[in-house]
Amino acid sequence: MANPLQLEVNGKRYTVNYPGDTPLLYVLRDELGLTGTKYGCGEGQCGACTVLLGGAPRRSCQIPVSAAAGRPITTIEGLEQNGKLHPVQQAFLDAGAFQCAYCTSGMIMSSVGLLKTNRNPSAADIVQGLQGNMCRCGTHPRIMEAVLNAAKLSREPQP
Amino acid sequence: MSKRSEQFVPEPERFEFSENPIHKFELARRDFFHLLGAGIAIFTSATHTFAGQETAPQSKSFHPEELPNDISAWLHISEDGTVTGFTGKAEIGQNIRTSLAQTIADELRVPFESVRMVTADTTLTPFDAGTFGSRSTPSMTPEFRRVASAARDLLVAEAAKKWNVAATGLVAADGKVSDPASHNSASYGELAQGKTLSQVLPADDPTTPPTQWTVAGKEIPKVGARAFVTGAHQYTPDLRLPGMLHGKVLRPPSFGATIVSYDDSAAKTKPGVTLVHDGDFIGAAAPTVHEAQKALDAVKVQWKEVPQISNRELFSYLKQNGGAAGSDKHPIKRGSLQEGYAGAAHRLDATYTVEYIAHAPLEPRAALAQWKDGKLAVWTGTQRPFANRDELAATFHVPESNVRVIVPDMGSAYGGKHTSDAALEAARLARAAGRPVKVVWTREEEFTWAYFRPAGVIEVKSAIDSDGKLTAWEFDNYHSGKSGIETPYVVANQRVEYHAVPLVLRSGSYRGLAATANHFARETHMDALARAAEIDPLAFRVKNLSDPRMRAVLEAAAKSFDWPRKKTTDGQGFGLAAGNEKGSYVATCVEVAVDGKGEVKVVRVAEAFECGAIVNPDGLRHQVVGAIIQGLGGALFEAIQFENGRIQNPHFASYRVPRFRDIPEIEAVLLDRKDVAPAGAGETPIMAIAPAIGNAIFDATGKRLSMLPLAPKGVET
Repeated sequence: MANPLQLEVNGKRYTVNYPGDTPLLYVLRDELGLTGTKYGCGEGQCGACTVLLGGAPRRSCQIPVSAAAGRPITTIEGLEQNGKLHPVQQAFLDAGAFQCAYCTSGMIMSSVGLLKTNRNPSAADIVQGLQGNMCRCGTHPRIMEAVLNAAKLSREPQP
Repeated sequence: MSKRSEQFVPEPERFEFSENPIHKFELARRDFFHLLGAGIAIFTSATHTFAGQETAPQSKSFHPEELPNDISAWLHISEDGTVTGFTGKAEIGQNIRTSLAQTIADELRVPFESVRMVTADTTLTPFDAGTFGSRSTPSMTPEFRRVASAARDLLVAEAAKKWNVAATGLVAADGKVSDPASHNSASYGELAQGKTLSQVLPADDPTTPPTQWTVAGKEIPKVGARAFVTGAHQYTPDLRLPGMLHGKVLRPPSFGATIVSYDDSAAKTKPGVTLVHDGDFIGAAAPTVHEAQKALDAVKVQWKEVPQISNRELFSYLKQNGGAAGSDKHPIKRGSLQEGYAGAAHRLDATYTVEYIAHAPLEPRAALAQWKDGKLAVWTGTQRPFANRDELAATFHVPESNVRVIVPDMGSAYGGKHTSDAALEAARLARAAGRPVKVVWTREEEFTWAYFRPAGVIEVKSAIDSDGKLTAWEFDNYHSGKSGIETPYVVANQRVEYHAVPLVLRSGSYRGLAATANHFARETHMDALARAAEIDPLAFRVKNLSDPRMRAVLEAAAKSFDWPRKKTTDGQGFGLAAGNEKGSYVATCVEVAVDGKGEVKVVRVAEAFECGAIVNPDGLRHQVVGAIIQGLGGALFEAIQFENGRIQNPHFASYRVPRFRDIPEIEAVLLDRKDVAPAGAGETPIMAIAPAIGNAIFDATGKRLSMLPLAPKGVET
């Protein structure tokens, strides 16, 4: 049996017994039941599985669980605080920036990651930041709108 | 309502999966109330509804299985006033969970929030052939209007009985019936209390015309939207059951390969793993995906493969085998082609080709199956739950009544999820393991073992007179399909024919079916004819049109785009295209920029779309913008590469789809025709983008591109 690994996900600590080369995505979904993080391709091409690892957006299908151990992981389930949506979640909701919404978790996590390093992104910055996230329904213009609004929301002082 | 049945040729298509099972309504009324509690229920018979609809399609061209032979929609009002609408249609991102609830709320006169929809569950919802063909809105909207209207009448009658007054003076509004004379008032919930009233629709009830809609026609946000931004919504791959195992299937090395020898001695020893070898099916179920895969990796199989054709000989094969899978029973033949060609000012012949493309829905095919006491329940993302149920019942030799298929709201489909593949696999493994099994296809499986939009070759021969009017039109489609094959332009002399070819790759429905291929060929050809006649492409189309709805979308798109425009930079080009299909109309104007290396960037798109009365403008804008963006992929770069029964590019790294960098500025102009019954909008908005881009590339470079994709590696300069 593999050595137990310590994971810190959304502020909670977990001990998991998985081979170290198992992609983080499968551990999140199948072991921890955090199914908001989606499988889209397993090849790091579609962005549906994006989580924050040490605060940076990463494709969880490409990260061996052993490499994620000991570093803070945030998934879509960890964004909402005390019943209040994260500004990026709120902006996606307000803009109706989804159709089938299968890509939405990954889009939101990539956008949260982008806004952490760039509080005032231009449209070109957002295109660059989300280029690795696919939406097959063609909701891109509304996603752009949502991220621009989220940036605005995040800059406003919170009441 | 305007008559448009003569324009409407629904699904004359080989590539809409359309097996024809026998269906029966199995849920007895008493079971219905047992499930839902007391209240009032209204059922509608679909056959009757269709007969009463002005948009009724001609029976000869309509798939019989789309006409359920019993109940087709129902509505329940509970004792607490909750209204539940039941439909066999599935929510696949197209927003019917919201738009159908709007329709019910509107007609029943209740707040939108009090309506919920139960969709695509073979035990709870009425039979439905499937969610395809842009039928959800045109078929379900009038049905729910009629059930809701009948339910309202029933509630008013109940109130009249209760107060011992005439029903005529009573008013139904805001979830209540009230009597202005006595000031009596009762909520729908109160009126439904203690009742188990059910009624199959009586005669035609008049329904509310679009001009008087209050909840329908409005931009109501998507139902359940919060669960999408929190990750709480569960798609099929997200479902779990106690004791559930993960299933994997061993795929053959190429299409049609069969097993010569099978040795699982190395795999069988693994604990906790169930291995199944049944005919050419080999699968494993295990506590983790990884363990299931490992078990399959240990199986030794020798396959017998069959030689198959590849991309490079595809189009010559299609052309040479035209008609080998059946000739067109209803070719269009009008006037005399000889006369049409005689005295023509210009003649133009051209051949167009269309490659196979994949749907690539982001949620792959998946199913979770559970057997209990000989009964099978399967949760799966499919557009045809009832057909899936029938196939499961037939495959496992159990009665249909022992199979339940439930469709969680899906991570999209675009016509790609009609089959029951994943459901069969999960059910087979679950039966062997004696535990629930979930199968989730990988992206590579999705790209390889699903099915494709069929490739095609289209030949066009044509002539125009010195005035720029079409005088002859010949159109031959090899393999790709008949949807949208008929020209909307006025041509006295024409021949239009479809030539079926035996399948090369497994093929099926794709958003818009062959209408995209047929519009690509036709609208590219129209552009070339306009150039030959030295007439502006918009003026040329208008000159050859008589349909005012088509003219209206062309003019609306042109106005939004500011057509005709003057080029201001090198490499800039403008193109337009238009069409109609499935009762709706589209026109698309495009601006491209082609750089020095021949790379094409679509800069701007203005698309006008008209599908009758608009039910939800916000949802419709999503469909139109989404279709433009999805269509851009098939137009510019999507193509399945295959060789000898193998897909060569089964990954997003090698199969390019539109991403943020590819997205143009988009204006969607929605024309609201309150005098026309709502048509579907999921497909037609995709049809005109490819030819519009191609025509813009010609405008920019002088190169006439006659193949889809147009420029996977840029335009050769």
